[in-house]
Amino acid sequence: MRPTHPLADAPKTFDYAPSLEDRSIVEIKDRYRLYIGGEWVAPSTRQYFPTQDPSTEETLSEVAKAGPRDIDRAVRAARRALPGWAQMKGSARARILFAISRILQERAREFAILETLDNGKPIRESRDIDVPLSAAHFFYYAGWTDKLDYALREPGHRAAPVGVCGQIIPWNFPLLMAAWKLAPALACGNTVVLKPAETSPLSSLLLVEVLEEAGVPPGVVNIVTGAGETGAALVAHEGVDKIAFTGSTEVGKAIQAKLAGSGKRLTLELGGKGAHLIFEDAPLDQAVEGIVRGIFFNQGQVCCAGSRLLVEESVEAKVMELLKNRLSTLRVGPPLDKNTDLGAIHSKEQMGRVRSYLQAGQDEGAVLWQAFFEAPKKGFWCPPCLFTNVTPSMKIAREEIFGPVLTIQSFRTPQEAVALANNSNYGLSAGVWTDKGSKIFALSQQLQAGVVWANTFNQFDPASPFGGYKESGFGREGGLHGLLPYLAQR
Amino acid sequence: MTRKTSILLNPSERDLLMPPCLLVDAVGLEARAAELRKRSWKKEVKLEAIERAISMTDLTTLEGADTPGRVERLCQKALRPDPNPDIPPVAAVCVYPNLVATAARVLEGSPVEVASVASGFPAGQVPLPLRLEDTKMAAENGADEIDVVISRSAFLSGRLEQVFEEVQAFKEAAGPARLKVILETGELGTFDRIAKAGWLACEAGADFIKTSTGKVKINATPATALCMLHVVRDFEAHSGRVVGVKVAGGIRKSKEALHYLALVLETLGPSRLTNRLFRFGASSLLNDLIRQWKKQKTGRYMGPDDVCLD
Repeated sequence: MRPTHPLADAPKTFDYAPSLEDRSIVEIKDRYRLYIGGEWVAPSTRQYFPTQDPSTEETLSEVAKAGPRDIDRAVRAARRALPGWAQMKGSARARILFAISRILQERAREFAILETLDNGKPIRESRDIDVPLSAAHFFYYAGWTDKLDYALREPGHRAAPVGVCGQIIPWNFPLLMAAWKLAPALACGNTVVLKPAETSPLSSLLLVEVLEEAGVPPGVVNIVTGAGETGAALVAHEGVDKIAFTGSTEVGKAIQAKLAGSGKRLTLELGGKGAHLIFEDAPLDQAVEGIVRGIFFNQGQVCCAGSRLLVEESVEAKVMELLKNRLSTLRVGPPLDKNTDLGAIHSKEQMGRVRSYLQAGQDEGAVLWQAFFEAPKKGFWCPPCLFTNVTPSMKIAREEIFGPVLTIQSFRTPQEAVALANNSNYGLSAGVWTDKGSKIFALSQQLQAGVVWANTFNQFDPASPFGGYKESGFGREGGLHGLLPYLAQR
Repeated sequence: MTRKTSILLNPSERDLLMPPCLLVDAVGLEARAAELRKRSWKKEVKLEAIERAISMTDLTTLEGADTPGRVERLCQKALRPDPNPDIPPVAAVCVYPNLVATAARVLEGSPVEVASVASGFPAGQVPLPLRLEDTKMAAENGADEIDVVISRSAFLSGRLEQVFEEVQAFKEAAGPARLKVILETGELGTFDRIAKAGWLACEAGADFIKTSTGKVKINATPATALCMLHVVRDFEAHSGRVVGVKVAGGIRKSKEALHYLALVLETLGPSRLTNRLFRFGASSLLNDLIRQWKKQKTGRYMGPDDVCLD
């Protein structure tokens, strides 16, 4: 008989040690002014508002609140810069956009840390997705700058910029949304007034250093910070030729009403309630990974999140078991920890919204399951949540929650799955999981969604257009289609 | 006669619910496996993980040039990988059947087991009676564990029943020795097949399923390991029997070993982090683990001569 090996017994628990990214490599100023005409200028309102780290509620910095006079100043700066930028040779603009992409990659770690601090998303995501994808967008559109005539649908015409673009971006992917908006606009020769979200402005403000180093001329990109009224002033300004907005459907509708008859161009990328269809012939372990990526990516604060899970009844029990096991290994914790899977909810306001839906769901009779989680005292936290016993008429099954909350319903046939999936006011994204290729082709034709992912979810690429159906908005970002809203035809 | 595996039954008799592990999406599997490579191991946890990895290593030599002297030295290294007594012994020493007696003599009374490859290792292209004899002799010479290969020839030509029955026969021939069944995943081509072969081996009585012989181009990969971890998870749910996983071939660095530990930890939980249920088949990995252990302890990197040869 052999003696037992000293390490033959398994450990009772085993957990990674904390592994925090070093925040000291990012320099955050105490106060940021407005960036207009290539200069940092004080706001006419003389007001500044704080922006905080949602995981600690610590104030990171103060940023200027832009009023209507500042908007006017920014739009006029953009107008002055327009001829020079628009007439610059495409290849020269390309060089600048390529440089932005390169510098972003060089400073990737800094941007990732800043994004995580200001937004609350895990460093794993800002490092592996937000920042590299932002650089990739500039890289992609840099390639288009000297080929714009070929982007037009009618040959023989010359491509021209639209003019001054007002771009309003959300807080869930601050840098990435800035890149999605700026890259095609700049590639086409437009000038821009960009308004980042009031709760996550820092990465856009750091981006100024990159733009300047890359050689973007003064006035081509202007950054005005502020809340809803700042955005409203930008939308209302007469000198703006085009508005691009990403955000809530409610605000999107108001913008569209406001712009009716103004002659301004508009693209909207709004909310979603993405359906995720799991069939019995799906590779279930990978489907569970897809479900996790679909709804817990960025704490579910993603417009195209796969927030409605529809499972074929024959595999529902198995999927639930796999999913619950998987969720109990998801690591919710400090966003700067490299092993964190789920970070903090972005703001107190958003936390309140998620909580109200968790309550509403239970009030309506749905059953809530949450992974075990002890929330820290400070900051805004929500563990992964599943709702079962969900019926299609419940609020949680119809409205966008924008949090780590998944509703689960079952279906019996592919036809029923499509009917349930399309029974929504939104139409941004959908996912299909089956090992059967023919089923994928059939379903992707029937699903009313701007993006249909097959055997994956929340997969983004700058060459692929992204946008919605129905109340999820109109216009596309990414790919050739993403150029068209920023191009006029001569 | 043991009951037939559920895969081999006709559809009407088969379990109506197929275990999830048998249908695999390669892209998704690879992506999940790659994601866990980025887990960050620090401080005491890293030390503990490295010690665990050492305790899970089957220190292996499978060369034509292996001699009793060489195997004796390897066994000494296995018992005491480093003069520092905090570094634990490895799990087993893995040799060809001819050298089992030598290894058994050196390792007698120690916690380090003797493992032998058998069954016409590595190709399994020898008539079955010889493969069985090979296995029997390894057991008789004192092997605690026997690593056998499945017949890829039979598996790839669709003779699943034959593979199943052969593994059953190996199990019988091995007697009380633990049976590790090598799937040679690098020759199977798809994850669906790897899962199917793994499931067959489990049903036929394997105590471990093992990726590779180390003798073909493609050896263990993290995605393959993840696929096989799913198989043993589902097999436990199906039968109640817990089967281990051994990854082998080409694993040389601590960082790779820690990646596999992260896969085990986050797929099956900490209860599987033991050499009873997870093994590394490797030779040069041990010294890198020792080097990284010392680096973690002292803060300094070791030179090549700071760790001893085997």
